[in-house]
Amino acid sequence: MAFDFLYPQYEIIRNPSRCTACRLCEKQCANGVHHMDTHSGTMLADESKCVACHRCVALCPARALKIVKTDHTFKENANWTGKTITEIYRQAGSGGMLLSSMGNPEPYPIYWDKLLINASQVTNPSIDPLREPMETFTLLGAKPETMMRDSLGNLVDNMPPQLRLKLPVMFSAMSYGSISYNAHAALAAAATELGTFYNTGEGGLHPDFYPYGSHTIVQVASGRFGVHPDYLNAGAAIEIKMGQGAKPGIGGHLPGVKVGPEISRTRMIPEGTDAISPAPHHDIYSIEDLRQLVYSVKEATHYQKPVIVKIAAVHNVAAIASGIARSGADIIAIDGFRGGTGAAPTRIRDHVGIPIELALASVDQRLREEGIRNRVSLVVSGSIRSSSDLVKAIALGADAVYIGTAALLALGCHLCRSCQKGLCNWGIATQRPDLVKRLNPETGAKRLINLLTSWDHELKEMMGGMGINSIEALRGNRAMLRGIGLTQKELDILGVKHAGE
Amino acid sequence: MRGIHDEGSERIPSGCAISSIFSKSGKPINGERIIHSMAPMHDRSNGLGGGFAGYGIYPQHKDDYAFHVFYDHSKAQNACESFLKERFCFAASEQIPTRKLSAITQEPISMRYFLRPLYRRMEDLQLDESEYVARCVLHINAQIDGAYVFSSGKNMGVFKAVGFPEDVGRYYRLEEYEGYCWTAHGRYPTNTPGWWGGAHPFALLDTTVVHNGEISSYDANRRTIEMFGYACTLKTDTEAITYIIDYLTRKCGLTLSETAGVIAAPFWSTITAMPEPARSQAAYLRHAFSSLLITGPFSIIVGFTGGLMALNDRLKLRSMVVGEKGDMVYIASEECAIRVIEPEPDRIWSPAGGQPVIITLDKSCQGGDHHGL
Repeated sequence: MAFDFLYPQYEIIRNPSRCTACRLCEKQCANGVHHMDTHSGTMLADESKCVACHRCVALCPARALKIVKTDHTFKENANWTGKTITEIYRQAGSGGMLLSSMGNPEPYPIYWDKLLINASQVTNPSIDPLREPMETFTLLGAKPETMMRDSLGNLVDNMPPQLRLKLPVMFSAMSYGSISYNAHAALAAAATELGTFYNTGEGGLHPDFYPYGSHTIVQVASGRFGVHPDYLNAGAAIEIKMGQGAKPGIGGHLPGVKVGPEISRTRMIPEGTDAISPAPHHDIYSIEDLRQLVYSVKEATHYQKPVIVKIAAVHNVAAIASGIARSGADIIAIDGFRGGTGAAPTRIRDHVGIPIELALASVDQRLREEGIRNRVSLVVSGSIRSSSDLVKAIALGADAVYIGTAALLALGCHLCRSCQKGLCNWGIATQRPDLVKRLNPETGAKRLINLLTSWDHELKEMMGGMGINSIEALRGNRAMLRGIGLTQKELDILGVKHAGE
Repeated sequence: MRGIHDEGSERIPSGCAISSIFSKSGKPINGERIIHSMAPMHDRSNGLGGGFAGYGIYPQHKDDYAFHVFYDHSKAQNACESFLKERFCFAASEQIPTRKLSAITQEPISMRYFLRPLYRRMEDLQLDESEYVARCVLHINAQIDGAYVFSSGKNMGVFKAVGFPEDVGRYYRLEEYEGYCWTAHGRYPTNTPGWWGGAHPFALLDTTVVHNGEISSYDANRRTIEMFGYACTLKTDTEAITYIIDYLTRKCGLTLSETAGVIAAPFWSTITAMPEPARSQAAYLRHAFSSLLITGPFSIIVGFTGGLMALNDRLKLRSMVVGEKGDMVYIASEECAIRVIEPEPDRIWSPAGGQPVIITLDKSCQGGDHHGL
């Protein structure tokens, strides 16, 4: 139908002098882009199916392929852009909501890139992490409010349960279902080796991964998939998911086609049925209900494990976080509007929620003003892209960060933002066995370990440069940050001065 | 003359000299001695701040809170005095005696009051005496424009000004005071605020701090301690350190060595190698008070009723030396500051980073020491 014809956004350039017609690209592309013209013996491509995942480009033995943005264009219009026009055509054709994956790609301000980090000069020596101890060990959990002594005068250990991280980075919640078994295997092994944690997401915990329980955060979301006492007790901490940065205010939907035997068993739902997470938890319509769930989970785990409450960064996030801090949660995880997802309505992903930098700054400040910052740890995500984002997050007031997208990139994700199709050529966001096996869990784990090891080195170098040799002295140390190109209002919210001040 | 808000408007790093003298038998030491000790370290200061704290100097008023207050103008004095009159009984009120020196100029009004809390009011507020007095001090410093309480303990006093420490000591006629303990400070700020309140020692109740260094954890510490009701109006490291020590010792009931285990906490690798129960105690302190760990270079001398604590940052990025002779203990940034007043000490050593040196009066002469050890 002519109405629905949309010229592909990306074109595949095949260099005929290099192509040997080996057909590897054809085998590798689950989207069915490449095929051989049997008459001429040459390779052709249907670019309308291409998601620009680069699988064919990366594997082509002759380096004959590249993907370029098309120069085909609608008549220039600053208001009705090509993207907007295309979306109207798609909705007029289908009658459906637009779906997208991964984080918000729109050109909103990225405050990480408008913050600059300090270093020591003259009055205070910088510290060389290769010569002096540099501590990035992090504890997450509530801190005791009163000191108690035994009959000998020693302090009594009344510390609530804590998560112990060798470095202040964890892998954020990605369910088995939204990502593959092999991706989970890589995350679990890497978290264990690194001395940090990965998060099951709302898809339950596959029996094979119970041995990694001491490095696993188990999630309880609105669908309660795969939640049972053994599951709760298998993890090091329990996360109650109230919201997600990519889609605040709505639930989730794993199509039945992805619910094979293993996922069925793990989620405790029949094979082939859609797994629908409701928008709210239907036993939580208010903050006092959250308190009941927090304590139900604590009862079920004998008060031995910290409870995390994860929320999306929305407009009144500071007041919400203050309520959560008083509801028995040990850790609050805040997910910003750049946070990733396996599938979300495009309009929600791109227009709902606020940047994590602003949310973090206002939550940390509010909790301090109310004198309850020690009652909870803060973990932020959505999105942390590098060790400098990490340093800035901690200086703004975070205890640790979650990374999701960065971890998937380490596993080979090329951010084609097509996870919802379930045809991930890199074996990450798919359940098709032939695709899943493309991701080798050992190689994946090694790459995740490499990524966080390199970030830890960079973190230590930057800390040493500031004359700080322990991560807790960086936490909330906003004097180590300056804004660049920000308005006074933005500076006030971030609680930092402008560069040069 | 610049006021409190000029100094407090930005954070000023500074290098410094510190010194102290302590008689464990409680023998009175003339204030002249501590001035002599500071003289050889002249080049560690730049004339922008010097000060002293003496303990046991007001025996005739030993049960009264001795408030030393700077006023920018008489309006501030009137406001502060009426505030104090509603909360305290005045045992004495006078100008702090000084002598005119060409080296010390732009003097604020400096007053000394000996005060007794009005118990009815204190009980109405359900506060213990020290908390009542501390809240009054913090209120004046944060709320009464142009007034600054720089000393507020019993039988002790802080004397400080803009100038070289030797001049400041002579200005305050320290030769007229005798006490069992003196601490001193010469300031080298990397800016020229020229405000008297910015000089050290910093004090709250009987806790005084002299400090050499620039802490890299400042804003993390400040934002944490402000959560507990302390307003860091001066934005100096030493003010934050003073409040942290007051919070940990007075409000949380930690001993001084435990306090040292928070602010100059051992590295995790050191803690792991400790025997029990020291290991779990040290780990607990680091966990429970993680945001009060102080990083970056510092050497501090904390004075309190009946004792002293000297402490270096855990990497020992600032010099500090301790000397002993008989019942006398000397602590200073440089050995010369000790040798000039005690040429032949019995023992002289540099304490390791993060290892507190805690000195107290002999049992026989101890009074009301509220710091456990």
